Amino acid sequence: MAKERRIILKHIDQPGYAPDIACYKKHGGYEELKKAIRMEPGKIVDEVKTSGLRGRGGAGFPCGVKWGFITPNNPKPVYLICNADESEPGTFKDRQIIYKDPHQLLEGMIISCFAVQAKLAYIYIRGEFPEGARILEKAIAEAQAAGFLGKNILGSGFDLETVVHRGAGAYICGEETGLIESLEGKRPYPRIKPPYFPVVLGLYQCPTVVNNVETLCNIKHIIAMGGAAYAKIGTPNNTGTRILCVSGHVNKPGYYEFEVGSLTLGELINDVCGGICGGRKLKAIIPGGSSAKVLRADERFKIKQKQPDGSMANRELGVLDIPLDFDTLAATGSMAGSGGIIVMDDSTDMVRALANINEFYAHESCGQCTPCREGSLWMKKITRRMLGGGGRKEDTSLLKNIADNIAGRTICAFGEACAWPTQSFVEKFRDEFEAKAAKN
Amino acid sequence: MIADAKSTSTPMVNLTINDRPLSVPQGTNLIEAAAKLGIHVPHYCYHPKLTVVGNCRMCLIEMGTPQIEPDKKSVLKPDGPPEITWMPRPQIACATLVSEGMAVRTHSKMVEECRKGVMEFLLINHPLDCPICDQAGECRLQEYSVDYGTGGSRFVERKVKRPKKVELGPRVTLDDERCILCSRCVRFCQEVAKDDVLGFTDRGGHTTLGCYPGKKLENNYSLNTVDICPVGALTSSDFRFQMRVWFLKEARSVCTSCATGCNITVGSREGVVYRYTPRQNDAVNSTWMCDAGRLNYAWINDPRRLTRPLKNGQSAEWSDALPDARHLLREAGMKGQLAIVASGRASTEELFLVRQMAALFPAAAVDIVGRTGGHDQILVSADKNPNTSGAKLLGLATGKLAEIKKGIESGRIKTLFVQGENLEKAGFEAGLLAKLDALVVLDILPSPTTQMATWVLPGAAHVEKNGTFINGRGRLQRFLPSFSVKGHAHEDWYILKELLPEAEHTQYHSFHSVFEAMVRETPALAGVAWEGVGDQGTPLDLKL
Repeated sequence: MAKERRIILKHIDQPGYAPDIACYKKHGGYEELKKAIRMEPGKIVDEVKTSGLRGRGGAGFPCGVKWGFITPNNPKPVYLICNADESEPGTFKDRQIIYKDPHQLLEGMIISCFAVQAKLAYIYIRGEFPEGARILEKAIAEAQAAGFLGKNILGSGFDLETVVHRGAGAYICGEETGLIESLEGKRPYPRIKPPYFPVVLGLYQCPTVVNNVETLCNIKHIIAMGGAAYAKIGTPNNTGTRILCVSGHVNKPGYYEFEVGSLTLGELINDVCGGICGGRKLKAIIPGGSSAKVLRADERFKIKQKQPDGSMANRELGVLDIPLDFDTLAATGSMAGSGGIIVMDDSTDMVRALANINEFYAHESCGQCTPCREGSLWMKKITRRMLGGGGRKEDTSLLKNIADNIAGRTICAFGEACAWPTQSFVEKFRDEFEAKAAKN
Repeated sequence: MIADAKSTSTPMVNLTINDRPLSVPQGTNLIEAAAKLGIHVPHYCYHPKLTVVGNCRMCLIEMGTPQIEPDKKSVLKPDGPPEITWMPRPQIACATLVSEGMAVRTHSKMVEECRKGVMEFLLINHPLDCPICDQAGECRLQEYSVDYGTGGSRFVERKVKRPKKVELGPRVTLDDERCILCSRCVRFCQEVAKDDVLGFTDRGGHTTLGCYPGKKLENNYSLNTVDICPVGALTSSDFRFQMRVWFLKEARSVCTSCATGCNITVGSREGVVYRYTPRQNDAVNSTWMCDAGRLNYAWINDPRRLTRPLKNGQSAEWSDALPDARHLLREAGMKGQLAIVASGRASTEELFLVRQMAALFPAAAVDIVGRTGGHDQILVSADKNPNTSGAKLLGLATGKLAEIKKGIESGRIKTLFVQGENLEKAGFEAGLLAKLDALVVLDILPSPTTQMATWVLPGAAHVEKNGTFINGRGRLQRFLPSFSVKGHAHEDWYILKELLPEAEHTQYHSFHSVFEAMVRETPALAGVAWEGVGDQGTPLDLKL
């Protein structure tokens, strides 16, 4: 079985490792910035493209491709936003970086800003991380004093200002266009795409790169080892490492960093996390944050996989055989999402689990567009009623139909985020939902 | 002023909608493109005069683009037309702009399912209080329920409670439970009224419309939010619970409150006006009107309306009134003792007859009463007369009002004809008017001037007759009657032509004959026809 490979988390949790700049520099910090700032910005973008790095926020979009949409010599200013609004239930990776190694994030950000020639960067941090915001502000002040931020960074002539902006407690601010609206001082109503793709019309209608905390940290390591070397980590099209956040009914929940695709769900749960607690049996896994479709323990998938020689082969996989990468999880109908893996054992009431998720999404729907606003609240009311003993025969198919009427019909991906749990829970645990009605 | 002009050099784009080809200017969205084929794409939040937000999701359609080979040529089907790659997800028609070769389905199975889904979502928390809702009869929720609604509801949960009967300002009342959060009103206040007072608070299904703390929706355009509200959430405090809209008779008219001449629809029932609403005219008022103009109709319904001729305050017969008044005017005219105060609120046709009167008797002096006030950068003009331009065109706005006043004071003017004006407001005190030998007043409501009159001749309000006004930018616009004149009153053109010398009576046998004579004798109106003026008016080349 693959061992943990800590690149991002390398120093985090090491005894004596502190979030201050002296400690960071002692461990080789800001050396990659010194290297990158002497490179052609376009060369950095090329290295990131070569690395195959995919966004760690949830959608897994290739980072270099995103950057490539920023055209050089843009007449408008370019902005970079670090999305630190980590709020997907089951996800707690970015906060480790922010709290314990903020300079790694800053170094990655500064290099990224230089690459896309952004002179002003924001770190949009969720309101529930007040201490994280203070740590970042202190780190920014330290970096500024050390000449890594501000005017004429390391004598390169490149200027960069970085601002920490605290959210006010809305999940939707993690949606990049909602985040941008919020930064502009408005309600975080996600924008319609087209035309408002952030790289084209982002913050203040200017080209804007929005990247996740973990993604930006990776940039530092791509500079350190070169894009081609980075691309060898992980598996083709699923390069690098990923921080996996495991929660739920396992003996050793926590965050672990692995090469993408280097281990299976079974290895993660049984070997890394010490198996299901209390000797109970695995029932279900949500593999990518609470919005990802649930996987049932006994599900089997027929998946087309690219072989090392380039040919395609069909493979049949059980849930525990699924390698943790972007493409295989997508092929199972779920997603790698934010890396939040929620494990549920056979004591779990799946209706209760879904009711919990539905409460969250009904509470967090911004309310801008009809299907999500009305549908998320409706689904919540139904699952709550079912828990209270008021289940009806028709509720199961009604829930599924409501979710079907949301997914794919909304302004932003929140529609899917709130529909996928219901769609998958009802479909895969239909008997449990029907049992709630049978009592009546 | 609101401009809507699109450059004529915009390139055209070819596409098909439901397999029907069409060509529209680049930049056209799919709602407008489909409308060109007579296809209505249902929508709530989209409004052609506001920014596109795409939040209601009612206009979802299927959209595809031509498959392109690496050599940039389209892949063709065996029978000729290009192969289309259809987007797997529905797209919103409001925010999707046409592109070359695009194919659109506005009524496919997927589209119909989307609309049914949205309709159900919109209605689950809606109070369904149509029987007592002012919007009933002109409500998009009702209309689309006919097309995409279901007979029953699958919703058995408790509905969300939201504020009722909220006075957002002096003229607009909100029933928030009916609100579908389309944000049209919010955008209108930001973008058109330039008074950013409305917004949403709370989140998700509990989102609530309201004013910013300490502010009110009280700008002079607030009632437009009621017009554009696609449901019964925003109601006019004036019109609320007054009349079921399906009983209203609608007539195309023009607002009389200033020289802008906003195009309006007058809603009336059995001789009573219930509301004005703006009627789209992109050359004049876009789709808006100001609150002051909109609410300036109560005088039409005034119970004190004049319905009989009065001689020295006593009820009289037309058979006495017209010959006697004509005699008084003619005698004074021959002696050079006649003056005429015409009105910038009268129709151009009526002013034409006043000009005939001034020429034939003749009048020693004639003028209109000017009326000015505040203006803004949106619609309101400083000129509060709807037809100053008409009076100017006919040479009746002479600036001689002070001269007329002096003439009365000096005794040189002994007879005065007044058209629809309360002269007290123009500085003609009762004592001054008492110096006259004869005062003939054509009006619809009693005033200090009618009280002094030898003869009061009751005329018609603009909603009771045909006519035209020429607005401040020289646009000739028609107004049409909603209902007939009150009691024994007459349309003004009839009274005015009867006051002319007898030889003139027969040529003006109808309103239209007056209009045609006016066109004939006014070079600036050459070629203008009543039908040609239409509902949108016609610009004149005036050198005023």
